[in-house]
Amino acid sequence: MEYAIEMLDITKEFPGIKANDQVTLKVKKGEIHALLGENGAGKSTLMSILFGLYKADTGTIKVNGETVTIDNPNDANALGIGMVHQHFKLVDRFTVTQNIILGYEDTRHGFLRYDAANEKIKQLSEQYRLNVDPHAYIEDISVGQQQRVEILKTLYREADILILDEPTASLTPQEIKELMSIMRNMTKEGKSIVFITHKLEEIRQVADRCTILRKGKHIDTVNVKDTTNEQLAEKMVGRKVLFDLDKKTAKVKDAVLEMRHASVLSPVTKQQVVKDVSFTLKKGEILCIAGIEGNGQSELVYGLTGMYPIIKGNVTLHGEDITKSSIRKRSVTGLSHIPEDRHKHGLILDFTLEYNLIMQSYFTEAFQKRGFLKFDAIREHAQELIERFDIRTSAGPVTMVRSMSGGNQQKAILGREIERDTDVLIAVQPTRGLDVGAIEYIHRELLAQRDKGKAVLLVSYELDEVFNLSDRILVMYEGENVGVFDPETITEQELGLYMAGSKRSEAS
Amino acid sequence: MNKLWTRTLEAVAKKPNAINIMSSLLAIVGGLLFGFILMLIINPNLAFYGLYRITVGPLSSMRDIGWVLRNAAPILLTGLSVAFAFRTGLFNIGATGQLTVGAFFALYVGVNWTWLGPAHLWVALLAAMLGGALWGAIPGLLKAFRNVHEVVASIMLNYIALHMINLMVRMTIYHPDERALYPASSARLPSWGLESVFSFPGMNIGILIALLMAFIIHLVLNKTVFGYELKSVGLSRPAARYAGINEKSRVVYSMIIAGSIAGLAGGVMFLTTGIPFRLSNVLLMQGFTGIAVALLALSAPLGVIFAALFFSWITRGGNLADRAYDPELIEIIVAVIIYFSALSLFMKQVLADFVKRRTKEDVQLHESQGDVS
Ligand SMILES: Nc1ncnc2c1ncn2[C@@H]1O[C@H](COP(=O)(O)OP(=O)(O)OP(=O)(O)O)[C@@H](O)[C@H]1O
Ligand SMILES: [Mg+2]
Repeated sequence: MEYAIEMLDITKEFPGIKANDQVTLKVKKGEIHALLGENGAGKSTLMSILFGLYKADTGTIKVNGETVTIDNPNDANALGIGMVHQHFKLVDRFTVTQNIILGYEDTRHGFLRYDAANEKIKQLSEQYRLNVDPHAYIEDISVGQQQRVEILKTLYREADILILDEPTASLTPQEIKELMSIMRNMTKEGKSIVFITHKLEEIRQVADRCTILRKGKHIDTVNVKDTTNEQLAEKMVGRKVLFDLDKKTAKVKDAVLEMRHASVLSPVTKQQVVKDVSFTLKKGEILCIAGIEGNGQSELVYGLTGMYPIIKGNVTLHGEDITKSSIRKRSVTGLSHIPEDRHKHGLILDFTLEYNLIMQSYFTEAFQKRGFLKFDAIREHAQELIERFDIRTSAGPVTMVRSMSGGNQQKAILGREIERDTDVLIAVQPTRGLDVGAIEYIHRELLAQRDKGKAVLLVSYELDEVFNLSDRILVMYEGENVGVFDPETITEQELGLYMAGSKRSEAS
Repeated sequence: MNKLWTRTLEAVAKKPNAINIMSSLLAIVGGLLFGFILMLIINPNLAFYGLYRITVGPLSSMRDIGWVLRNAAPILLTGLSVAFAFRTGLFNIGATGQLTVGAFFALYVGVNWTWLGPAHLWVALLAAMLGGALWGAIPGLLKAFRNVHEVVASIMLNYIALHMINLMVRMTIYHPDERALYPASSARLPSWGLESVFSFPGMNIGILIALLMAFIIHLVLNKTVFGYELKSVGLSRPAARYAGINEKSRVVYSMIIAGSIAGLAGGVMFLTTGIPFRLSNVLLMQGFTGIAVALLALSAPLGVIFAALFFSWITRGGNLADRAYDPELIEIIVAVIIYFSALSLFMKQVLADFVKRRTKEDVQLHESQGDVS
């Protein structure tokens, strides 16, 4: 059997950490090869080496049996290797076609030849059933479609080997299904795919083989059919992972956060994206906001935390009206917020980890005295959180957050917000991009917070998470609250109907 | 030799500060080299002599050193102003306008308010800061509340300042016979003995004021809560907002502070007897040199000290070399050296790439490849 890609004994060291230590990855022609590993295991690094973004310290790369050197992404393109990054790199105000040909333009007498490009894109789109309109503007299409544009971009450059780095992390279940069938179509055409994901179920559904990394080392490569999810998880984490949470019944106490007939205006689209929503959040419970992405959940949270204005109705925290309060005021009176967009809001990427960990508390007595920062306290605080939340970095508290792996960035935010110990914890997609071990840990932590008597508002697009954690489920559809349900009595199918808007509860 | 070089680079690569200093030094070497090539082209016979005069000339007498120090003061301050704004994510191209307004405020107080007695000078300096602050506040407010880009607003304000101040100087502090007035002696910067140390009659404590300011700004940016907030806003406005920082007010404060530093430069320049305030249709160049100073220093307040001294030194060297070349040519050569030196940031990238290739070490300088989480 010939291999499309062979990465042999790859070692890559960053100052302070061996991100890849003698890793071997062999991808057969026409297969979907999953790459599994904990956060910070070195998956993205390995793929960046293959794509020419980093240079390996030692090791060889073979493409179709021949040894090659890949110094930059252009070399990779020339060898037929394409990569779709977790965060897309598209120009919002360009059309699909303009984005795809960017950097690869076909010109005649200095003029762009759009016709040929459009034609080729249309043909590729049909061949792989991507359903992308070449003339649409990026800002007008959904995240799932944007991802397909990224895939088209690699196909347009005639890539035979595709690297997909956590492509499903920001997709809805429906979009994930579509992506998987696209991936299958591509392998039918003889293309090979390296697929990074933290979701074992997805590996089971599409991948042929799976390579597992742990702490930069190659642990095993297995046939997916011959292994169970438990085995995969165990190889990856190095211990047994418990998929069942031990969830006690909630001891619900008094209400802390109440929203009454609130409407939220999005400053971006100038539209009312949350309409007349009311709910009560009580101490000691996890209230989950469920729904298909884009039905006002994000904006509801922005309204609660003060980032978007509430134009009608009101919000009270501990009985105090906070409808018009500043973000800071809400945060110090008892709101913690794990934001949806970790790069935009959650972190300052060019600050060190320790600075990021005090983002919500730098002004408190603990970290400042008469306006001067207390550097010892800041360092100590960072070390504590690193330990407690197992944040893996190359240089500890002084690591630049930009250089940390995606999952570890997320853990830093989680640690910071949970540690603040406020009465209300708002968590939006808290486990996005985390490995199964870390998810298990975060789920436990959220339940522990609940059992300590905190109120948790969880926004999640994943039904598993919703059912595993919540005490009550509030479903949103088109910005409205369509009903609050008990996870013990409602079925997944029924919940799905409410989420899709084909059913409404009379009760609310 | 080659080994040693690689090893030095390796050591340097581990320290972000070291790599910053190194890139600034490289930029300077590049600038000098460029100037040298220019001199070779113009007149190869005199090129070595010219380079020698420019680089070593200012060290030949205490008087020259005094000149360098005195003239470093205003560009140190404008450089500081630009660097400070940079760190908070703003491009203060308006330093020259703020400097002009500051100069007017200082002169107004310095010429007219003679009743102030011993406090006269200090009030005049404060007035300079106030004037600059006012002029900086306008683009700050426009940026924060109307989303007008500070560069556009500042450029227009530069010209408004220029012409308005011409008019106001003529109305309030000019002699009826159209002669500039010097500030009263109680409002002139004292020399504190520096005059005799450098045997340079124009020498005053301006440079000490500028140094003090650099240390203060260094402290504010790196050690205080306020600095933490400003830098947060500079690096990511959405994240700062999420953290509850009032990012609008921070933008305004930042421009007010940047403006006041540039305004102080105006005070330090004109509260002397040496240079009178002339009515002119040209923007004061010190404001723009400040941009080059900030660039060379990679926006580090303490780095600004060295960058300003270097530029002042090269300028003096240019004056001393004018026996070799025409003054116009020398001006071009000095400008070339200065602006080439401002390419520190570029040098930093080059250096990072170089080190990466040489040592196969990544230097955490991978902004260009973006986010691969
Ligand atoms: N440019 C860099 N400089 C320093 N350290 C780095 C750099 N890039 C990655 N690292 C470190 O290398 C390790 C591996 O990172 P990598 O991004 O490959 O992890 P990953 O397996 O993709 O994790 P995740 O699932 O969280 O995305 C991490 O500890 C990370 O901090
Ligand atoms: Mg990754």
